[in-house]
Amino acid sequence: MLLKSRLNIYYKLLKKWVIKIIYYQNNEFYIYIDFMNIKECTELLKNSLFFNINSLVDMACIDWLVRIPNRFSIYYNFYSYVYNYRLFIIIDIPLYLNYFYGVGIESICSVFPAAIWLEREIWDMFGVYFYNHFDLRRILTDYGFVGFPFRKDFPLVGFKELRYDDTYKIIVYENIKLMQDYRVFDFINPWEKD
Amino acid sequence: MSKIVITKNLWLEQVLKLKNFTSNFGPQHPAAHGVLRLILELDGEIVRSSDPHIGLLHRGTEKLIEYKTYLQALPYFDRLDYVSMMAQEHGYSLAVEYLLGCVDFVPLRARYIRVLFLEITRLLNHLLAITTHALDVGALTPFLWAFEEREKLMEFYERVSGARMHAAYIRPGGVSEDLPIGLLNDIYLFIKNFSYRLNEIEELLSVNRIWKYRLVDIGIVTLKDAFNYGFSGVMLRGSGFEWDLRKNVSYEIYDKLDFDIPVGLKGDCYDRFLIRIEEMRQSIKIIYQCLNNIQCGSYKLFDFKYILNSRKYIKFDMKSLIHHFKYYSEGFIVIDGMVYSAVEAPKGEFGVFLVSDNTNMPYRCHIKAPGFLHLQGLNFMSMNYLLADVVTIIGTQDIVFGEVDR
Repeated sequence: MLLKSRLNIYYKLLKKWVIKIIYYQNNEFYIYIDFMNIKECTELLKNSLFFNINSLVDMACIDWLVRIPNRFSIYYNFYSYVYNYRLFIIIDIPLYLNYFYGVGIESICSVFPAAIWLEREIWDMFGVYFYNHFDLRRILTDYGFVGFPFRKDFPLVGFKELRYDDTYKIIVYENIKLMQDYRVFDFINPWEKD
Repeated sequence: MSKIVITKNLWLEQVLKLKNFTSNFGPQHPAAHGVLRLILELDGEIVRSSDPHIGLLHRGTEKLIEYKTYLQALPYFDRLDYVSMMAQEHGYSLAVEYLLGCVDFVPLRARYIRVLFLEITRLLNHLLAITTHALDVGALTPFLWAFEEREKLMEFYERVSGARMHAAYIRPGGVSEDLPIGLLNDIYLFIKNFSYRLNEIEELLSVNRIWKYRLVDIGIVTLKDAFNYGFSGVMLRGSGFEWDLRKNVSYEIYDKLDFDIPVGLKGDCYDRFLIRIEEMRQSIKIIYQCLNNIQCGSYKLFDFKYILNSRKYIKFDMKSLIHHFKYYSEGFIVIDGMVYSAVEAPKGEFGVFLVSDNTNMPYRCHIKAPGFLHLQGLNFMSMNYLLADVVTIIGTQDIVFGEVDR
């Protein structure tokens, strides 16, 4: 099927929820969907014979930091093994959702169980809350970790460091102390900056 | 007036009070393949549920990559899944090439070299996967034999890039250096003998009674589960679905090559073992084809913005010197875009999701590791099997913690 006609059909089928469709290199297009309807949309993708999406391959969050009000985007990567095509869906999330627990994006882990860990990872790294999730615990960071490390306002070197104290024979957390701060070099040619 | 009295069933109450035994598996268990901490709920010796605690090897690769230029980010990919190094470099290089729009201009020789080494990587990975699996289950001998072969394969890595494991060889726009003289001949000599080594390993395992007792009908994954949990690679093929990114979404020159995709029947651990063996034989077939068909020509792009120009020109060409300097300090600027590139790594679908923002560093890099989703399925795969089978299931999933924890 031609890309253009395919996109038209996608747009017609998802018309209720689609905000925009962005086309990039590599014949990839990203369908932006209203974040309130992500679960309904996923159910439609899975159950309709037209889309026939079999599995959720990947999920990731992007922190745009200065974008107001939709600071975060979450991208869903679906795959239809039957029709052999990939579908990218992106939702933009306002920042205020993350401050109130219980308000957030609806989890899709009852539709695709693969989302359980993927959503846990996003919660862990970005602090984006998913409601109706089976167990939304932290996954990759340490037990009792504070903060959301993959946000753009979290420093690369972090805040705490861990070491073994030989006198007390325990592991201690300390504020990080570096002889030299981490330096970010801006190598971009000033004449080419926009 | 009669009053209904409900007597307490003391016996039942006591039974209900019984709790399952909770046990810790790892993080330093030798069969945990690194740093997996499993919390197992045991009913006698039967596993009722398992809760993997991961993240003990978390290094924040994705965050680090956001602070590196596109070229500096490349070596991080070697260190993700540290037994199939080049497959991941390749995934990243493809992603950058898609963003730059130069993926179609990579010379044919570079593609052949890439495929040659990707298949060598597959051999490296499957040799380790099968034999450490066998080691966990109780067979030490194949492990020793396979590591002998792995040593030879890593020698090819060394000859081509200078490093035995973390090669940083496949780069955006081609490969970093041309093949040294005589390498293809030696690969041919190795491959000729390798299928006999494979026969030996298979002789010891495939029909071995103990091996079959431990693997047949253990860790069954139905196709529905495999889809729902996002399994890919051998885990999906073991459940009887013929799907391989090399064939279905062809990249590089895989559409020109002749190879088959082995598929399992039942979806148990034994099927996956047989698939891995057969995939190695198919890799041998692909390597033969690459050796026969490899072409002369350039091994990287000719656009000196994106690749390092030859050291030969630097000595007497001012412009080349500038390019060389800018390439290593500033790197190259990638226009706005998003891309998801997936390759068939030995463990499954390895994907890189890159977001660029008109600078020389990726704005966001997300790594889709196959092992992450496979490990998630450990709970349903090991449910109602024995404790000893958990080891088999971890082995068959081919977990490497570098990529699970990232």
